[in-house]
Amino acid sequence: MADDLPKADDLLNKIDHNNSPPTSWMDTPVNIRKGMYCYASSPKSVKYLGLPNARPWNPLDDDWKLPDNWKEIVFEGLKERLDKFRSFKVFMDICVRCGACADKCHFFIGTGDPKNMPVLRAELLRSVYRNDFTKAGNLLGKIAGARPMTLDVLKEWWYYFFQCTECRRCSVFCPYGIDTAEITIMAREILNLLGLNIDWIATPVANCYRTGNHLGIQPHAFKDMLDFFVEDIEEITGVNCEPQYNKKGADILFITPSGDVFADPGTYTAMGYLLLFQYLKEKYGFDVTWSTYGSEGGNFGFFTSHETMKRLNSKMYAEAKRLGVKWILGGECGHMWRVINQYMDTMNGPADFLEEPVSPITGTRFENAKSTKMVHIAEFTADLIKHNKLELDPVRNDNVIATFHDSCNPARGMGMLDEPRFVLQNVCNNFHEMPPGTIREQTFCCGSGSGLNAGENMELRMAGGLPRANAVKYVHEKYGVNMLTCVCAIDRAVFPPLMEYWVPEVDVSGLHELVGNALIMQGEKKRTTDLRFEPLPGMEDEIDE
Amino acid sequence: MALAELIEQKKKAIINKWYEHVVATYPSDTARFLKKENDQFANPVGTTTMHSLDAVFEGLLNGADIETLSSDLDPVIRIRAVQDFTPSKAVSFIFLLKNVVRECLAKEISKHKNKKEIEKELDVFYTKVDGLCLIGFDIYMKCREQLLSFQANHIKDRTYRLLKKADLLSEVPEVGAENISPNV
Ligand code: SF4
Ligand code: SF4
Repeated sequence: MADDLPKADDLLNKIDHNNSPPTSWMDTPVNIRKGMYCYASSPKSVKYLGLPNARPWNPLDDDWKLPDNWKEIVFEGLKERLDKFRSFKVFMDICVRCGACADKCHFFIGTGDPKNMPVLRAELLRSVYRNDFTKAGNLLGKIAGARPMTLDVLKEWWYYFFQCTECRRCSVFCPYGIDTAEITIMAREILNLLGLNIDWIATPVANCYRTGNHLGIQPHAFKDMLDFFVEDIEEITGVNCEPQYNKKGADILFITPSGDVFADPGTYTAMGYLLLFQYLKEKYGFDVTWSTYGSEGGNFGFFTSHETMKRLNSKMYAEAKRLGVKWILGGECGHMWRVINQYMDTMNGPADFLEEPVSPITGTRFENAKSTKMVHIAEFTADLIKHNKLELDPVRNDNVIATFHDSCNPARGMGMLDEPRFVLQNVCNNFHEMPPGTIREQTFCCGSGSGLNAGENMELRMAGGLPRANAVKYVHEKYGVNMLTCVCAIDRAVFPPLMEYWVPEVDVSGLHELVGNALIMQGEKKRTTDLRFEPLPGMEDEIDE
Repeated sequence: MALAELIEQKKKAIINKWYEHVVATYPSDTARFLKKENDQFANPVGTTTMHSLDAVFEGLLNGADIETLSSDLDPVIRIRAVQDFTPSKAVSFIFLLKNVVRECLAKEISKHKNKKEIEKELDVFYTKVDGLCLIGFDIYMKCREQLLSFQANHIKDRTYRLLKKADLLSEVPEVGAENISPNV
């Protein structure tokens, strides 16, 4: 009987060790793999948003239930966007395939899938553009890098344009400044014309459109959550914060991503905001209000289409108008700032009914926000510290050895590089940078941005986040870094599992959580714990009592 | 230890060859990048893999214990557990070490005065490699379980505070708590 068994070597040889596709990328069919994609959008959300082709569908099925004339829709959609967005047309034409961007994408680096090279990702769409819109492509076909639109091509688009976080790292390295993120944005818009969205984007967008935030939290629940933090803060500091809600005529409206209010560890950052506002109110009469209607700083519309992004963005401004505030202060968010800086002005601006933001405490004029009227809280706090307006005790953060993650959008999208670092170094004594090439303009993405922070695509997220985690691991091993600090709510949601997988010794915090720990409040009691109810350095015994 | 001596002389070549085999499990464009880029931050997959293989091989030669081998092997398996590999493909590169050692030492072994002895030692070494592969499977499974738990806890982590606040969570009380009603 033993003779019937295959030899060990034979078995081993059955495993195909060479993974190389036998064909060129164009002929390598797409293999939609579980763990790499997000679930299809629910018809309910698609319908609510008035987007086309709402129906249940499954990416693993052969039939994606497309409209009969889907090819025509794609062609027209492409044509319309080529006419409307000059940059898109230029990006389609000028790539010389030099390859400078090829190995700069965290998804290529982490997954090892060549179709995640930015140049190839763009070619997925560009090949169809060449076929349909250029003479050479039309005449020479494949030789000129052209191919006709087919169902397989469409599936490939869906699979790979939802493996791009629109982070723009590749564009930093392109000698022509080609921004693959813009190409992804166009591709997703076109996919949306066929009802090919992912649920992790469509449902938050629908919720946000209706209720005002991604989770669909109703106004009273939103207030309840903040009150809950107020109780915790009182227990920790003895100080009773009195946040204002929907206050007409307040000086400033504060809007932060709802993640800060509902998901740990963002919640500790929300507690930091509450402490800061209370401090400023008592000391300088600072008049800021939260809104339970404009309760979402994030804008997943940005990951859907220009039109959807515009609709969600306009809600913040409508609320500012309704309340009659002077300007808007924005919380620690990533893509909200890209929307504000890059698109808001042309979409919904200029916000003439608001004033050019001036800090009521320092008198600093935020010229960069002249037209959008919206200031990032890291800039605002940095300015306060610079003018010596905050009493801080950084020793309270001495258990923290921090490094700072530049979130793609504030860093690459709006050039906010030094302000958060300045704040961090003033509230925390131990800070170590990750290596150059992984921070500032060249920062590595968290791997889950642009609406890809779902639960079902964990493999993609872990692989895409590897370059970031790898740099964190380095500073952890070299300097004992134990805290990854960031100014983005998506980061705060996605880093905990990423760290647990790659560098389990490192925790995640927002910037204002650490500000809240260090801020010396008027009339506070002796603090023994931080905002997480963990003992402050040297206070371990007092807690036990 | 005649074999140990032979291996010592060819160590670098063996590890490089082994690395080549692992790299060949990726598509050719990716393989080229993994081999070319030496910066550990630009190419974490390649450099971590190389580092892992190096440490594991060193450990095998020096009789490292299971914990050490396991922690040396972890980084490379952890990466492959999230990439486009079947479970067998993710860990089978470990077996290839046998072929690599045999190939790299073929000439030396055939010329060796004590061939029999070497073959015997080789058998022992192969058994160790088999053991290493089992360790590799364990690591792979742990990684996959971790991914599943992330997926399962995803929604809960996001909304835990909210659910708790709204009193929608009915959590199991502490063991011994009085409010567990007795079975009637
Ligand atoms: S770097 Fe720019 S020009 Fe070069 S391949 Fe990439 S997108 Fe094309
Ligand atoms: S924008 Fe970011 S995710 Fe998209 S291709 Fe470029 S580097 Fe990759």
